[in-house]
Amino acid sequence: MVENRPIGRLLAHFILIIGVIVVAFPVYYTFVASTQATQPISVGQISLLPGDQLLNNYAQALSHGVAKTSGTPVGGMLLNSFIVALLIAVGKIAISLLSAYAVVFFSFRLRMVFFWMIFITLMLPVEVRILPTYKVVAELGMLDSFAGLTIPLIASATATLLFRQFFLTLPDELVEAAKIDGAGPLRFLRDMVIPLSRTNIAALFVILFIYGWNQYLWPLLITNSGDMETVIIGIKRMMGGADADTDWGAVMATTMLAMLPPVAVVMLMQRWFVKGLVDAEK
Amino acid sequence: MATVGLRGVRKSYGAMAVLHGIDCEIADGEFVVIVGPSGCGKSTLLRTIAGLETITAGEIWIGDRKVNQLEPKDRDIAMVFQNYALYPHMSVFDNMAYGLRIRGLSKPDIATRVARAAGILQLEPFLQRKPRQLSGGQRQRVAMGRAIVREPAAFLFDEPLSNLDAKLRVQMRVEIKRLQQQLGVTSIYVTHDQVEAMTLADRLIVMNAGHAEQIGAPLALYTTPATTYVAGFIGSPAMNFLPARLAAGGESVELDGGTRLLLGAARRPDGGGPVTLGVRPEHLTVAPNGGLALTVELVEALGADTLVYGRLPSDTTMVARLPGTTTVRIGDIVTVAPAQDSLHLFDAESGKRLG
Repeated sequence: MVENRPIGRLLAHFILIIGVIVVAFPVYYTFVASTQATQPISVGQISLLPGDQLLNNYAQALSHGVAKTSGTPVGGMLLNSFIVALLIAVGKIAISLLSAYAVVFFSFRLRMVFFWMIFITLMLPVEVRILPTYKVVAELGMLDSFAGLTIPLIASATATLLFRQFFLTLPDELVEAAKIDGAGPLRFLRDMVIPLSRTNIAALFVILFIYGWNQYLWPLLITNSGDMETVIIGIKRMMGGADADTDWGAVMATTMLAMLPPVAVVMLMQRWFVKGLVDAEK
Repeated sequence: MATVGLRGVRKSYGAMAVLHGIDCEIADGEFVVIVGPSGCGKSTLLRTIAGLETITAGEIWIGDRKVNQLEPKDRDIAMVFQNYALYPHMSVFDNMAYGLRIRGLSKPDIATRVARAAGILQLEPFLQRKPRQLSGGQRQRVAMGRAIVREPAAFLFDEPLSNLDAKLRVQMRVEIKRLQQQLGVTSIYVTHDQVEAMTLADRLIVMNAGHAEQIGAPLALYTTPATTYVAGFIGSPAMNFLPARLAAGGESVELDGGTRLLLGAARRPDGGGPVTLGVRPEHLTVAPNGGLALTVELVEALGADTLVYGRLPSDTTMVARLPGTTTVRIGDIVTVAPAQDSLHLFDAESGKRLG
């Protein structure tokens, strides 16, 4: 594409702008709705310009929620969601880093069997094993707890696989040099493997945090009391039933609030891993 | 500093044996080069000394300790790898200091040792840089620095120069030699490059398919190779091998084409029968009054010398290294004769040296 044809550029920009609108409009629409009173929204007369209820709606959502959720404030839900997403992301990274480390750098009996066992779990998403998992969690008394919300989601193959692929690219000589320098397995993990995986960890953290944040089905099953609810469940419960009962302004405000942490994580970590990619260490 | 002893070292992977019993005693401060083509087991041998591979049978001694069962870190050795294996996320200083930190040396001690090594290797300006900000030669020096700071009983080098360009390789070769003389540390160096091997070594081990084919000083291997394998490996271009027949009385040989050559120092009064005659290209000179008639097929003028590749009447190919002033063209017939005392005789079947 050396030529600089104005028509081509116009067309390209036109398509890009359409794309941006398609992606951004629902978000904008939600934002506008979150600044308006409930009445015009529920009768479908929503203005496309922000209204004057912004502070009102957000304050209501944060301080005392809506009647549907027996007045549970959204602040607590956001905190729950944040803790769950953080635990899932950190837990998954820790577990898969260690299991990939074991599979790549140690030779033990049945190593490949274990690897394949981990690998096969990729084919079993949460939904497939949800009933047996529920039974196990219920019998362990972990319903309505952070343990119940996070532990069943932590064991997963995807991150293990990614770490394994990365570890396989580390040259053997690096391992041997460290061995001659006297680094034991844990020391090698701490001084070499983890620092070299920094960018992978950052990227995975972003993906897994959002994965944890967006969990719907599992928290829905596992939480009964309002104070363990995550924000995603909360939104759903706020909107139940007929349109007329829904306090749309507060719901939209909650939706906006629920979007902020993932966005913040992406923006924060993106700088991190783009930096990591630019000064690649290998 | 220490001696290194290899006694009947064998290594096999399952049924496949790669080392068939290597014996060698390396003196304190000696520079030994293990040389051979790829797949001859030279790197494996070095790695068994380092402790990165276990041996199937035999003993390895470093100083007065048998190290068969010891971990690499307990063997008191340092190794320089072909791709340097620097820790990419650590500065040059940390790369060198890492092993010392693990051994629990005090901070001032580490700083002193690293500073000394950096001084020897002229790495002072780069101590805070990361390996990726260094050139190939500088990385190579850091890898050596990492070995030096440990003050080990022996240095192990695994083809350390093969990732460098030709000019830098020559320069680093000189540097390694100088460094080894300065530090006087026992060194074992693996390479496939016979020029590197000849120039660096106090003693050479020529490996062939898991055997130590010959062990000796570089010049001894050049002048009296034990087998056609060693004769062909040491020296460049390689020695010419001509099928011949030892005349009765052993004073001369008759080549396949009928040419007779007097043997001089290589004479074998008790012998007779088929032999392989070895002639180094550099021992051939133009002899207008008779010798071997070489039909020239290729000429390489190197300046100081001219390499002439050709074919004898018996259809054997031969190379001659003639003075750079020689003017020959493809298709010419040049008569060359070997210096009488520089001929090598090998058994035609086993390839072993006769006499």
